[in-house]
Amino acid sequence: MTWYRIWAIFTRHFYLYKRSLSRWMAIFYWPLIDLFVWGFITVYLRQAQPLSEGGKPVSFIMAFLGALILWDILFRSQQGISITFLEEVWSRNLLNLFVAPLRPIEFLTASMLMGLFMVTTATLASAVLAWLFYSFNLLVLGVALLPFILNLVAMGWAIGVVTTAVVLRFGQKAEVLAWGLTFFFQPISAVFYPVEVLPAWLQPVARAVPATHVFQGMRQVLHDGTFPVGELLAATALNGVYLAVAFLFFYWIFAQVKELGLLLKVGE
Amino acid sequence: MTTASDRAPVSTDGPVVSPAVAVEAVELTKRFGETLAVDHVSFRIAPGEVVGLLGPNGAGKTTILQMLLGTLLPTSGVIRILGLDLTRHRETILHQVNFSSTYVSMPASLTVRENLMVFARLYGLQHPKERVEAVMKLFEIADLRSASGRGLSSGQLTRVCLAKAFLNNPRVLFLDEPTASLDPDIADKTRRLLRESRDQNGTTILYTSHNMQEMEELCDRIIFLHKGRIIAMDTPKAVLAKYGQANLEELFLLIARQGVAP
Repeated sequence: MTWYRIWAIFTRHFYLYKRSLSRWMAIFYWPLIDLFVWGFITVYLRQAQPLSEGGKPVSFIMAFLGALILWDILFRSQQGISITFLEEVWSRNLLNLFVAPLRPIEFLTASMLMGLFMVTTATLASAVLAWLFYSFNLLVLGVALLPFILNLVAMGWAIGVVTTAVVLRFGQKAEVLAWGLTFFFQPISAVFYPVEVLPAWLQPVARAVPATHVFQGMRQVLHDGTFPVGELLAATALNGVYLAVAFLFFYWIFAQVKELGLLLKVGE
Repeated sequence: MTTASDRAPVSTDGPVVSPAVAVEAVELTKRFGETLAVDHVSFRIAPGEVVGLLGPNGAGKTTILQMLLGTLLPTSGVIRILGLDLTRHRETILHQVNFSSTYVSMPASLTVRENLMVFARLYGLQHPKERVEAVMKLFEIADLRSASGRGLSSGQLTRVCLAKAFLNNPRVLFLDEPTASLDPDIADKTRRLLRESRDQNGTTILYTSHNMQEMEELCDRIIFLHKGRIIAMDTPKAVLAKYGQANLEELFLLIARQGVAP
């Protein structure tokens, strides 16, 4: 073993960090996300007894497994769009597609359908396994389950469209977003704990996230069995706004990409 | 070769008539910040004409091709393809146009046939399976139909990309160094196919290549670019006569190394 060769390979990778903010962010990103999520979970567990007073005691297993399955819906939905796009980038196929009579909206719609396919497959598998191994029946969420899923899919689409636009504009250095942006919302989406666990100043931010209302609604169904009309209406309204903004953002970026001729270069 | 009935359907925003000019660029200019990549370039290409776009690296060839394909917006100037303004009729035009380049590829995890089927559907072909079989036969890749892209040599992949470019039996074909990675035998067959497409279907072809011999052999006319400007546009013979050179290779070296006033 020679150290100069090891040093050569080390420097080869370290050079990447010299000019890459996204790589430095990736180093700190996941530990921070984990720290916040698990920190708030700990706070929730400490406060859980008072929160369950006045209704059925919250089953942590049910709440956590339900949250886990629903969170995966959001993640898969976003991944469906982002990975569909990245597959074209990696295979240097993007220019072939856009010199064909393909409209950006058609490309995005196909990607969203792919996201829906991934969500359906993954959710069915998770739900069956949760039922087999932990006796957790996702259908306990009742008629609210479908609107919950649709809202999470819609939020995943909005994040996916935004990440696609950013990768289209900034290339492979922005790929990290495709893998991690959804998790940015996890600590403030009240996935595993109620929004009230968050610091007061962060709660309005959390309530601006559609997923927060889905997870609050899920706990409402599990807690007292009532249909969370208000939470679902809020999630749907927010998703409508964010999807519209995401599409406008994509078209704005696509115009820039055509101005700069980046379709040929995006995979470099 | 194919018949006009194999062509992709025309979009709803108007049929493409038989124009007197297949490709027209008027005062086409592209500026990237301070860099003037294409400087007031104008040319016309007649239907069925084969025109070579040549020039040293950075001359503006790929930039012009990208603008003609609508994937890059010009800073100024007008592009008309098949008599239609590209800005307003992009979708109609793209049904009648195709493109292949050594700089783009296709998903390696799909088989040759799957890749071609995707594009046959994108162009809305009426008989996609038959057309895919036809182009695979045309480019001698029928025996590779079940091979994934990972198992293909660069020459085979280039032929798959060329087969894709012929799928919709395009009236205008833009090719960026189409024979760059082909062995002499397949490169010769490709040139023959391009000629046949021109002769039998009236396909208009604009292509770039660094193979000067190929340019002389195949092109009705050449457009010589240098630093974003056209410095010569005529038949290869006339251009050589103008600069007193024996062949395009020598002319290319002269222009690349010394520069020549237009």
